[in-house]
Amino acid sequence: MLTFMASDSEEEVCDERASLMSAESPPPRCCQEDRQGLEDGEGADQWRGQDSEDDFDEDPDHYVCGGVPGQPSGLEEELTLKYGAKHVIMLFVPVTLCMIVVVATIKSVRFYTEKNGQLPYGAGREQSVQPAVSLSIYTPFTEDTPSVGQRLLNSVLNTLIMISVIVAMTIFLVVLYKYRCYKFIHGWLIMSSLMLLFLFTYIYLGEVLKTYNVAMDYPTLFLTVWNFGAVGMVCIHWKGPLVLQQAYLIMISALMALVFIKYLPEWSAWVILGAISVYDLVAVLCPKGPLRMLVETAQERNEPIFPALIYSSAMVWTVGMAKLDPSSQGALQLPYDPEMEEDSYDSFGEPSYPEVFEPPLPGYPGDDLEEEEERGVKLGLGDFIFYSVLVGKAAATGSGDWNTTLACFVAILIGLCLTLLLLAVFKKALPALPISITFGLIFYFSTDNLVRPFMDTLASHQLYI
Amino acid sequence: MSPLCFVKTFLHGAEVMQLHLVTLIQDRTKRICNAFFWLVSLLFSSLFWFMARTITDNKDGPIQKYLLILGVLVSVLVQEMFRFAYYKLLKKANEGLRSINPDETAPSMRLLAYVSGLGFGIMSGVFSFVNTLSDSLGPGTVGIHGDSPQFFLNSAFMTLVIILLHVFWGIIFFDGCEKKKWSALLVVLLTHLLVSALTFISPHYGINLVSTYIIVVLMGIWAFFVAGGSCRSLKLCLLCQDKDFLLFNQRSR
Repeated sequence: MLTFMASDSEEEVCDERASLMSAESPPPRCCQEDRQGLEDGEGADQWRGQDSEDDFDEDPDHYVCGGVPGQPSGLEEELTLKYGAKHVIMLFVPVTLCMIVVVATIKSVRFYTEKNGQLPYGAGREQSVQPAVSLSIYTPFTEDTPSVGQRLLNSVLNTLIMISVIVAMTIFLVVLYKYRCYKFIHGWLIMSSLMLLFLFTYIYLGEVLKTYNVAMDYPTLFLTVWNFGAVGMVCIHWKGPLVLQQAYLIMISALMALVFIKYLPEWSAWVILGAISVYDLVAVLCPKGPLRMLVETAQERNEPIFPALIYSSAMVWTVGMAKLDPSSQGALQLPYDPEMEEDSYDSFGEPSYPEVFEPPLPGYPGDDLEEEEERGVKLGLGDFIFYSVLVGKAAATGSGDWNTTLACFVAILIGLCLTLLLLAVFKKALPALPISITFGLIFYFSTDNLVRPFMDTLASHQLYI
Repeated sequence: MSPLCFVKTFLHGAEVMQLHLVTLIQDRTKRICNAFFWLVSLLFSSLFWFMARTITDNKDGPIQKYLLILGVLVSVLVQEMFRFAYYKLLKKANEGLRSINPDETAPSMRLLAYVSGLGFGIMSGVFSFVNTLSDSLGPGTVGIHGDSPQFFLNSAFMTLVIILLHVFWGIIFFDGCEKKKWSALLVVLLTHLLVSALTFISPHYGINLVSTYIIVVLMGIWAFFVAGGSCRSLKLCLLCQDKDFLLFNQRSR
């Protein structure tokens, strides 16, 4: 579940984790059981049918009904798996992009791998001190200790503090949501995205310009950052082209991940990653977990939650538009055409329910079937952030070995695949972090310690396996 | 040297990209699975080598070289084992899908073989090459200690050929498994061992590269015929007279 500690000041840290909500495969309109509240700003990763692009409308989530007449149960599983595969791919691209941005920055901009006291540029010092001070509130135990045991103990203590802060903020959020303090939550979200979009972007841009020794005057900088930030606020919190919204969400996740990578001490970061996946598992699956309660409350009220904190990869499909008529007609008559092209794949959602849907009349755009159904996957931004933190840390620490980074990247993607598969099977809220982070951690440590020396020796002797 | 090296890298990168474009989108998931399998096989072989090295207490000398050679051979074996394991997994998944919906045509095994080979190849190529590539950016002189100055060129060419070989091996391997022709599997394993063994004679790059390229051409021809090609279809394709291919392209647009 996505728990966010939206920070309205520099002192707070934006922490988000995500979970996957149940998958609703193609909606048979006749079966509208269990409308499930979709947006869980908490990282619902779900497939849903949504009636409009307006974030606050109700999202009728439909379950695939096994009892629909004339539908073999194998069909629904097939649909589920097919949708599963498609959604996996729809999530690969943004997750990969976020990781690429983070790794590229880490490898090129020295700022994000330097520890706090070692900044080469005096000008950057005042910018970096404040976030450093604020984050060190969460990780007060230093890792500059003489013994390994002491360092380990300190990192565990740091983790405990961090996790308890996260738990406290989550519970606070759930309480706010339960008592319908929507304005407070929205204000909080807006302040945190303001900070990300303006302050962190400004710092990032400053460091990138310094690295490449490009001069930029303040008016240009102001104009650039202002435009970037303002458009971002509009896209994320209000309306905007989907692609732009996705791009902004990816960028703010990358910025947040970079902040974590810079300011979390090394060992603490790894322990925190592990602990947060355990917490995610507990919070989403336990009956009294805060995130589960949040989801259930949202479901009861049939409300979307905090759309600003979920990445949505929705495909927009419109019934009733002339261009799609033949294919949707085709879909009605031939429920299974695996050779269907990408376009008409979306209209797949109306399989063999002719009794439910009237065939769209060609060239009649005004009819009531002209809806926009978004069938997409949603993944919380916390997932993006923690995946990128893992890969970024793999790129930053140790030998700067690319093999380790790649191994972690593949491991995380495989974890994501598996999680989406489980989502398709279980059809309920699932945490997105545990499997990926576990794989990522295993592969990081094993690749760094076992594979790297092997590959280095092979490469130096020019041996190929 | 370095601009040339970049040209080579881009060439083989372009080849990989083209292969990507040709392959369907849905196979991206499968390719990642493949990459994962290769990674796990690499992990096991590194573990073996690491343990062997620890057992011999990291002594320098010829024993390290022998251990390395042993490590390479074990790694090749483990890779082929994982290829087989992946084949089994795919077969099971296909059967599962077919049992769910018998009318649905499963993706052809040849396509899966190709994707599998590509996944293995990409991962193998990337792992072999990316560190060398990043080092080539940095300041330095190739061969300053008396090693061959063609280090980067050789790496680039070898990586290219390994990727192609993995693709062809994948096709031949899967076909052998499908038709229960175990000799094909053995040949794949032996050629893999041969190619790796040929690299032991570096820095005599000439023999190494030439023989590896001969092997790649042979494997390519074999894979082509195994995948159902024939001289006739090749001619039609080259002369752009292959109606099925042209129609297929039009349809998919």
